[in-house]
Amino acid sequence: MMDASAGYVTEDGRQIGGVLMEMKNITLRFGGVVAIKDISFDIREGEIRAIIGPNGAGKSSMLNIISGFYTPSEGGVWYKGAPRPPMRPYEVARMGVARTFQNIALFEGMTVLDNVMTGRLTHMHSGIASQALWWGKARAEEVANREKVEEIIDFLEIQAIRKTPVGRLPYGLKKRVELARALAAEPSILLLDEPMAGMNVEEKEDMSRFILDVNDEFGTTIALIEHDMGVVMDLSDRVVVMDYGKKIGDGTPDEVRNNQDVIDAYLGVQH
Amino acid sequence: MDFLNSLLVQPFADMFAAPDFLMQVLWEGLVSGILYALIALGFVLIFRSSRIFNFAQGIMVVFAALTLVGFHEMGVPAWISVILSLGVMFVLAVSIERVVLRPLVGQPDIILFMATIGITLFLIGFGELIFGGENKIMITEELGIPTGEFIFEPFGGFLLLEQKDVTAVVVAAVLVIALLAFLNKTRMGRAIRALGDDHQAALSVGISLQTIWVLVWFIAGIIALVTGIAWGARAGVSFALEVIAYKALPVLMLGGLESITGAIIGGLMIGLMEKLFEIYWGQPLLGGNTETWFAFVLALIVLLFRPQGLFGERIIERV
Repeated sequence: MMDASAGYVTEDGRQIGGVLMEMKNITLRFGGVVAIKDISFDIREGEIRAIIGPNGAGKSSMLNIISGFYTPSEGGVWYKGAPRPPMRPYEVARMGVARTFQNIALFEGMTVLDNVMTGRLTHMHSGIASQALWWGKARAEEVANREKVEEIIDFLEIQAIRKTPVGRLPYGLKKRVELARALAAEPSILLLDEPMAGMNVEEKEDMSRFILDVNDEFGTTIALIEHDMGVVMDLSDRVVVMDYGKKIGDGTPDEVRNNQDVIDAYLGVQH
Repeated sequence: MDFLNSLLVQPFADMFAAPDFLMQVLWEGLVSGILYALIALGFVLIFRSSRIFNFAQGIMVVFAALTLVGFHEMGVPAWISVILSLGVMFVLAVSIERVVLRPLVGQPDIILFMATIGITLFLIGFGELIFGGENKIMITEELGIPTGEFIFEPFGGFLLLEQKDVTAVVVAAVLVIALLAFLNKTRMGRAIRALGDDHQAALSVGISLQTIWVLVWFIAGIIALVTGIAWGARAGVSFALEVIAYKALPVLMLGGLESITGAIIGGLMIGLMEKLFEIYWGQPLLGGNTETWFAFVLALIVLLFRPQGLFGERIIERV
């Protein structure tokens, strides 16, 4: 089923493409502590890929490597078939990798609309003078960007709070705004760091729906980290399971669910 | 009774008796207010993009003005000197980012604040080493700034506006409008505002910390140069000028550290009020020289009632 080039078809009939990004033998050390130990996996075009594992398994570190916040001690990230040189986070962002954060990183003083507009920064190229004068190319560009942003705002159903400063929003909505900002970049890979952490059941259902819709509507490749096993199994096409910095499972939700190592890691083993 | 009279009645009677003189006082207040606002603007810009309270803004004004005069003394034509001084301010911005800010990324705010005190001390020493410690005269005429005066006769009285002050006000207004357009309309401006809110999030949407920091410090340098020219034209260029930067502190307390509009209105308010107070209350009642402390007392009183300043973002704590 996992042919390297051709991709595969999911249970619900979606065609998944070839490998978009590949982690090759990644090891990450902080001084003497090994956070990630020799992990390899790939992310394919159009799929929803989950990384799960108990607390401290190294999931967030992995996401930080993908988004350029950490540089791996060994191994590397391959993107579209070529090794990616060490990059700063903003360079990775400009390459088309957008992300959200576990503990929400929004521009609190700015409105929802402005926050989402910052997601378009990588798509703005007109000169400073024409931007300031609101003239020529800049104007056309701003209008186009604004249209895209409004489309995303509509899509995520946050029209009502467009002009509200983000600092005033409740937690669940902030998470959604952060997703909107990441989406605004029209990323080739969207990284979600615990998109459902701290949410109640209803908010979780909403968020799951949005993630599925995003993938369905825009064809966005999504890699996400999540604690909630139920959510992960329903959402994702393939799952990587980590424990103590090592990969202990990789496959479809069903395969992973029946993997003895995974069961041990989550339920504990009798010694 | 006498005291109450001179406190509450006489000043206003004087204002009405000589409206032309009142206008003169207001004009003087406006001019110094604009300059306070310019300095405060430098502070606000850097604070908004990096949460750094830049203690060095005042000395940057002196340094920029000295550089300008220094180039001219070497025989460089005035306008070329301006361009060269801008170049120096750019190099300064790059060096500050490279040498001071970059190694301190992620340190507590107080450390970065201390670092800007370090920059201040360095610039004082470095400036004196290169330009010497003596006072210099701003090259006002060489820059083509008119030095004549406009004379009006409102209400049958007499009002004198120095043309270099008028120039300073116009230039400052243009600078402020340009800056507001830049911050609110351009991609870079949005990036600057974003960076001030959350570094991590800014990185994740493709904003380069280094580029933006160099940019804001350079803009602060441009503002410093303009302030230096305007203030130097009034009072000459010397290291004593640095103390006017401290006047920006009450302006910031009034206006809040975050708000550009606040900095401008705060600057104008302080300029106007300290002049009015000095002329109508200070000199008759307190023997004058109140301008040195009035702004600070005013700021204290405001802080007593609104700790976030008049225009600062309201501090909301969720419990």
